[in-house]
Amino acid sequence: MSNVGIVIVSHSPLVAEGTADMVRQMVGDEVPLAWCGGNGQGGLGTSVEAIMGAIDKAWSEAGVAILVDLGGAETNSEMAVEMIGEPRSHRIVVCNAPIVEGAVMAATESSGGASLKEVVATAHELSPS
Amino acid sequence: MAAFDFSRLIAAAADTIAAHAEELTALDQAIGDGDHGLNMKRGFEAVRAEADAFSAKPLPEALKAVGTKLVMTVGGASGPLFGTLFMALGKDLPVAPDRNGLAVALGKAIEAVAARGKSQVGQKTMLDVLRPVYEALAQGKTATEIVDAADRAAEATVPMKALRGRASFLGERSIGHMDAGARSTALLVRAVAEAIEGI
Repeated sequence: MSNVGIVIVSHSPLVAEGTADMVRQMVGDEVPLAWCGGNGQGGLGTSVEAIMGAIDKAWSEAGVAILVDLGGAETNSEMAVEMIGEPRSHRIVVCNAPIVEGAVMAATESSGGASLKEVVATAHELSPS
Repeated sequence: MAAFDFSRLIAAAADTIAAHAEELTALDQAIGDGDHGLNMKRGFEAVRAEADAFSAKPLPEALKAVGTKLVMTVGGASGPLFGTLFMALGKDLPVAPDRNGLAVALGKAIEAVAARGKSQVGQKTMLDVLRPVYEALAQGKTATEIVDAADRAAEATVPMKALRGRASFLGERSIGHMDAGARSTALLVRAVAEAIEGI
């Protein structure tokens, strides 16, 4: 698929899955989408391995935008991008945006065929800073 | 620096984390999300499980393997932060480092950790221990002095206000507690120094 992929990374699998449901309701199957949440031991947290898997699942040649919740999700997502390495890492961006609104807006932008840069910019517009 | 067996370093690090896991969790419960001890223990036990394979590699590759394993198994924000420390050390350390080579590599590794955490010294994090350790190492201090510097630096995070990580949400309420990552860093410094120098 040529539309930008969206990855949702939350400390809570319930939040991640719920956010993904909202995205699906907005854009259907036109956007590659994957989510992950939880620390891999059944608790709250994020896992680099799971994030790498979600990026693979939502991979698009147009790139992937990642939406995260708390700081650890951001740090782990950046680590996952680094471990995936070049050349794909250049086409993956961790967005600075609220997770639910950011995911929905980014996916809506992506469904219209926007570039990774445009998708990320749309998500960033939601951020106060 | 005396010659050493890398598997001894792994054992020393894993032993100290396991012995202090409850203490680290208690520190993290006070001002974080309360999983630091368990997370670090899981990560270092995963490293211990592969100690033989890692020790067979040249030192830089062994450190990178330790870092990667920590990234994948520690979880939380600590996984990437401690993982980056070891991966960056492996990247910059010569195969047979002298003290100067170790100091240079540690300096670069600290920069990598700061970049990963978007943090700097004075924000109540592991960097507040790493930096004084680097300085003591670069200034030619003895292993005992370096270990003391690490312990003092961890203590010095108690009155600090957290500016990074979950503890920063608490603002002023983060004051009065030692940072869990600073404590685990000081524990690792002691374990490694004792294993290398036999103090």
